[in-house]
Amino acid sequence: MNKILSKEYFSENVVKMIVEAPAISRSRRPGHFVIVIADAKGERIPLTIADSDPVKGTITLVIQAVGDSTRKICSMEAGDMLHDVVGPLGRATEIAKYGTVVCAGGGVGVAPLLPIIKGMKEAGNRVISVLAARNSSLIILEDQVREYSDEVIIMTDDGSAGKKGLVTNGIEDVILREPVDFVVTIGPAIMMKFVSLLTKKYEVPTICSLNTIMVDGTGMCGACRVSVGGKTRFVCVDGPEFDAHQVDFDEMMLRMRAYDQPRKK
Amino acid sequence: MKEMNKDRIDTISPRNAAWREELRQSMSAKERSSIPRSVMPELPADYRVKTMTGEVNEGLSEDQAVMESKRCLDCPDPGCVGGCPVGINIPGFIKNIERKNFKDAAITLKETSALPAVCGRVCPQEKQCESKCIYNKMKKAPVAIGWLERFAADRAVDFSSDSSLPGRMASNGIKVAVVGSGPAGLSFAGDMSRRGYDVTVFEALHEIGGVLKYGIPEFRLPNSVVDVEIESLKRSGVKFETDVIIGKTYSYDDLLNMGFKGIFVASGAGLPRFMGIKGENLIGVMSANEYLTRINLMGAGKPGYATPVLRGKNVAVIGGGNTAMDSVRTARRMGAERAMIVYRRSEDEMPARLEEVKHAKEEGVEFLTLHNPIEYRADESGRVSSMLLQRMKLGEPDASGRRSPVAIEGDTVEIPVDVVIVSVGVSPNPLIPDSIEGLEVTKRGTIAVNDETLQSSMPLIYAGGDIVRGGATVILAMGDGRHAASAMSERLKVTL
Repeated sequence: MNKILSKEYFSENVVKMIVEAPAISRSRRPGHFVIVIADAKGERIPLTIADSDPVKGTITLVIQAVGDSTRKICSMEAGDMLHDVVGPLGRATEIAKYGTVVCAGGGVGVAPLLPIIKGMKEAGNRVISVLAARNSSLIILEDQVREYSDEVIIMTDDGSAGKKGLVTNGIEDVILREPVDFVVTIGPAIMMKFVSLLTKKYEVPTICSLNTIMVDGTGMCGACRVSVGGKTRFVCVDGPEFDAHQVDFDEMMLRMRAYDQPRKK
Repeated sequence: MKEMNKDRIDTISPRNAAWREELRQSMSAKERSSIPRSVMPELPADYRVKTMTGEVNEGLSEDQAVMESKRCLDCPDPGCVGGCPVGINIPGFIKNIERKNFKDAAITLKETSALPAVCGRVCPQEKQCESKCIYNKMKKAPVAIGWLERFAADRAVDFSSDSSLPGRMASNGIKVAVVGSGPAGLSFAGDMSRRGYDVTVFEALHEIGGVLKYGIPEFRLPNSVVDVEIESLKRSGVKFETDVIIGKTYSYDDLLNMGFKGIFVASGAGLPRFMGIKGENLIGVMSANEYLTRINLMGAGKPGYATPVLRGKNVAVIGGGNTAMDSVRTARRMGAERAMIVYRRSEDEMPARLEEVKHAKEEGVEFLTLHNPIEYRADESGRVSSMLLQRMKLGEPDASGRRSPVAIEGDTVEIPVDVVIVSVGVSPNPLIPDSIEGLEVTKRGTIAVNDETLQSSMPLIYAGGDIVRGGATVILAMGDGRHAASAMSERLKVTL
């Protein structure tokens, strides 16, 4: 059982929670995720860790209500107990000095991107962050991102904040303007697909962080499998980060709809 | 890997005991061998395909068990004991049943087996103890050792408090850690606790029991049976911590800092294998681990549980092992009208227990033997809608000694399916080996250990069960737990 210490709404469907998890707060690195079970009959939901405080023994989760289980977690309040939090899972991001790094985050994907932005900056990179969302109210963690970025570009579909356009427009502007050595992208699968297509065109190495359906999260079930470079890989133990240019995003998007139908019934 | 327990444990039921002598005299071998083998009472097949929970084998009645125990000739050199991977004193417990001392029967089992109620249900007895029974030589059905084991172990629930168990030592305060709470981990924990060690078991999942909980279905091994054993370990002082992944939540160094003087890694086999054929990542194609975990561990299909599961009308399970049988029989219970086993060899080569195959057939499972999937095809929404099977014939025996399947060129068949469950084995989970620097692994990715002591390349770490064997049985995993406990304890006595 893990206590929710605080809860903050980023938008109607996106909440930030600080959760008691002392061991995880000490061992987690950027890129890691946890599996959360809301209550005794809950399902196992993978959530990326946005931040941690090893002194207070807490981790920060940013959760978007998209299905029954994430809605349930988002509806819980400070003081409530999550039935289970297990982790940290997955492989940590390979933080290194690449030169100029573009960190492109879409929607709630900015939350797991933040520790990577921080890590990349601390490793001595020039960090340009591109944050994208449908409209200004869905841009999250902008101030924290600014703290660790040399430049922040905001893109919105409707132009209500920053420039009007997609995340790819923002990245392309940078690539056309100056040499970019490395791109990290986290967001909806469709967004990462188009970021990947763009950076492939310009031959900029790119990693993406995948958030697929999982059950155990420790390599046991294979529900999270994706095709990377024509080989089947498990997001939970081989990922969650992969060479974006090798990921079969179409297959991944298809697989993420696996349980859409039975739920409606 | 050694399978036999050479260091015979002191037994409370030696063959030369007066009571056993008396029993042997009480009935002639001819009388004993003329008793027919008992018949296991079973739930009717048409009823059981409608229930997820009803255990198929109902267990022998007391009268049946006592009658069955009379069949045992109490051989001077019992073959059955040699056929048991942990060397249970089989005639010893059976003769206690004959004299209706069920408590001593249970204690005799517990001398060598940490989880007899589990083994009595899931061991492949026909390949182990029962295959070595003298009755086989007499062209008669062997003594039903597995059913008797289950009978005695189930009776033991009434007096399972550890005080009745042999050889419990005073606490020595030495901390040892166990990674994984499956059969190997539980057996190790029980033995070390009995030796006086302060044992903590770390489990990655949110439930204790490992494969006994997430893998083996309720209709074959009720969770309550596993829970009895876990409760008994808890009462004896074993601590359990769920939601802890060693190598992730706590590192090896963390464990040392926490004061653990020895670590037994029993983290299981892990990664499900796929065949790498076209369409295997379509919606509706999944591993047996995923299917069984959703249902057994996560409660998918039960009212109120959030985890979803795909139910199909036409379900194909690829493979011929026990996990394949568990999956296909679960699919029938989840409402599949056509539930199929697709296996590339013939029924003779199937690794599944005979009883599982029999039960599956009674429950209406179709067996497509000598068929091998070569492609899955999808409907317009990307869901699997059919499988293309290659017909096979048997060729020469291969490395496993079984006749190898050979494709009959051009002979294929397409069969409609909504769900495909792939059960073609597992490979070792790299999670632990990857996270402990210096831990030696084999080419197959299993943890390398000394055959005798189960000690790894790192002196404090021992390992057993599927993370060492790569996919074996509950009883072998338990045997490993027992051997590792004995070896680690010997070492700690010297080094501490």
